[in-house]
Amino acid sequence: MEPILRVEHLTHTYGSGTPFERSAVQDLSFQVEAGEFLGVIGHTGSGKSTLIQHLNGLLRPTSGHIYLDGTDIWAKPKEIRQVRFQVGLVFQYPEYQLFEETVYRDIAFGPTNMGLTPEQVDRAVREAAAFAGLSEELLDKSPFELSGGQKRRVAIAGVIAMDPKVLILDEPTAGLDPEGRERLLANIRAYHQAKGNTILLVSHSMDEIARNVDRILVLKDAHVLMSGTPREVFARAEELESAGLDVPQVTRIARALRDRGLAIDPAVYTTEELTAALLALKKGGSAVC
Amino acid sequence: MLQTEQLEYAYPAEEGKTPRLALGGVDLNIEKGSFVVVLGHNGSGKSTLAKHFNAVLLPTGGKVWVEGMDTADEALLLEIRRRVGMVFQNPDNQIVANVVEEDVAFAPENLGVPPEEIRRRVDEALAVVGMEKFVRHAPHLLSGGQKQRVAIAGVIAMEPECIVLDEATAMLDPMGREEVLSTAHRLNREKGITVILITHHMNEAEEADRVIVMNDGQVAMDGSPQEVFCQVEKLRALGLTVPDTVELLYELRQSGWDVPLDALTVEACADAVAAAMK
Ligand SMILES: Nc1ncnc2c1ncn2[C@@H]1O[C@H](COP(=O)(O)OP(=O)(O)O)[C@@H](O)[C@H]1O
Ligand SMILES: Nc1ncnc2c1ncn2[C@@H]1O[C@H](COP(=O)(O)OP(=O)(O)O)[C@@H](O)[C@H]1O
Ligand SMILES: [Mg+2]
Ligand SMILES: [Mg+2]
Repeated sequence: MEPILRVEHLTHTYGSGTPFERSAVQDLSFQVEAGEFLGVIGHTGSGKSTLIQHLNGLLRPTSGHIYLDGTDIWAKPKEIRQVRFQVGLVFQYPEYQLFEETVYRDIAFGPTNMGLTPEQVDRAVREAAAFAGLSEELLDKSPFELSGGQKRRVAIAGVIAMDPKVLILDEPTAGLDPEGRERLLANIRAYHQAKGNTILLVSHSMDEIARNVDRILVLKDAHVLMSGTPREVFARAEELESAGLDVPQVTRIARALRDRGLAIDPAVYTTEELTAALLALKKGGSAVC
Repeated sequence: MLQTEQLEYAYPAEEGKTPRLALGGVDLNIEKGSFVVVLGHNGSGKSTLAKHFNAVLLPTGGKVWVEGMDTADEALLLEIRRRVGMVFQNPDNQIVANVVEEDVAFAPENLGVPPEEIRRRVDEALAVVGMEKFVRHAPHLLSGGQKQRVAIAGVIAMEPECIVLDEATAMLDPMGREEVLSTAHRLNREKGITVILITHHMNEAEEADRVIVMNDGQVAMDGSPQEVFCQVEKLRALGLTVPDTVELLYELRQSGWDVPLDALTVEACADAVAAAMK
């Protein structure tokens, strides 16, 4: 089956021809399967934001191609707007981009632009607000009366309301407290389960990525360092650390236990897994390898 | 260093509404030279408390003293601000000049420090945060962690006795966070500066002398990191997570293992688990 997104040899150079010329992404190739929940991780400046702005046509490749459902998104540059409806992008710190008088109108902006009827827009707004964890009574408020976390949810709802095939979130939990982070991620997971569509979650927190995604794409200095399931990626903990990334604390505990002679898989990354592994080890009696 | 007594604060309410207390009677005594981490979910009152430490906010009830100086005494305002410096969350909002050294010199210049003394302070402050190579750089081209270190240098140039970092690491990636955290520890260790670090990252509290958990405008927990983090149920009830080390030990105890709950660091936790395995 054709992957929903295919990126081939993507390079993007900012400031071409100036002394500040630099490639923010260089020769990236990867694909995303329909329905997949993909995590994109990398240190600040590794090229994450530059990459994802290509996936909905906000940035045009300096070279290389992006295929959405098998079609090069720049095949017909005049139709790039259609791509933006299909690939929804929530920017980093989107709460600074709310501009309408009410929450309702802010969320309705995208679907209205897509040419939906008022009834369809209304349904889309209410459904999106619910997915984003916003209660009905907030819809009539001004976005400026809301807390930072709520504003961010409004921005997310605005993109969800366009019912995109692919939803991309650029560091959606940055600056939230642990509970706010977990609640937002739970909303995103529930949305993914209900809709079954494709999600790309950009983050610099490994712990957060590990608990939520099917597969991880790791960027380092404009290149793909590795990609794979969380387990495959965490098995290469040293490389991750050298790329300036956090390894989940559980993985570090597992590694420290191996150093102490316990036969623990060094790629475990949840406390549940590690607890289970330890209980099994103790029961088996062959604790020390 | 800092002392509060029945500290209350209510933000001015909209007309017709009764003001809600953002701080509802806080009693704290923070020792000189200590490294204190303040945790608590959003809205629990951490920033409101922090702003009382350098008289940006004045109590609507109770008292705050900075080295014995009552923050409500207007005549002492400059003295208090000089002693307690603040660093905030967003690195981009804290930069005031186009060159790093000018940025660092900004506050002491405003305090009327003589030029040669400023030169010395700026050089020293940048060296302390490990940014001496960037004296003439443009701040906006630096990474987030570097910008925050410049902001810290700006505070250090005032030669404060206490630094309050209000979620100064929240917008940084792991590398930037580590840069800022190790800088704060170094200032504490080598210069004896009292550090108050407000954060959402539990692991930043591992090496603190003291952890204070705020909830609904009050101090909900207060103790060493070990004392605070081993109260797993209570932390969860307050909307906070516990470090994975403690969570693992907690789960193992639930399964009947004899492991301590206060092995906070990865190494201590692995030692405790390995010992229980024998
Ligand atoms: N508009 C721009 N103009 C010039 N350089 C840019 C621009 N946006 C990003 N960059 C540079 O490209 C690199 C990658 O940045 P970015 O894609 O934002 O990375 P990330 O999202 O992983 O932090 C960085 O070195 C950054 O400074
Ligand atoms: N400028 C303000 N005006 C009115 N209320 C405020 C203001 N700043 C904070 N608050 C309220 O005070 C309480 C404590 O907020 P804050 O000290 O910012 O908490 P924290 O820093 O722990 O997130 C919250 O209920 C918040 O809504
Ligand atoms: Mg980015
Ligand atoms: Mg705050």
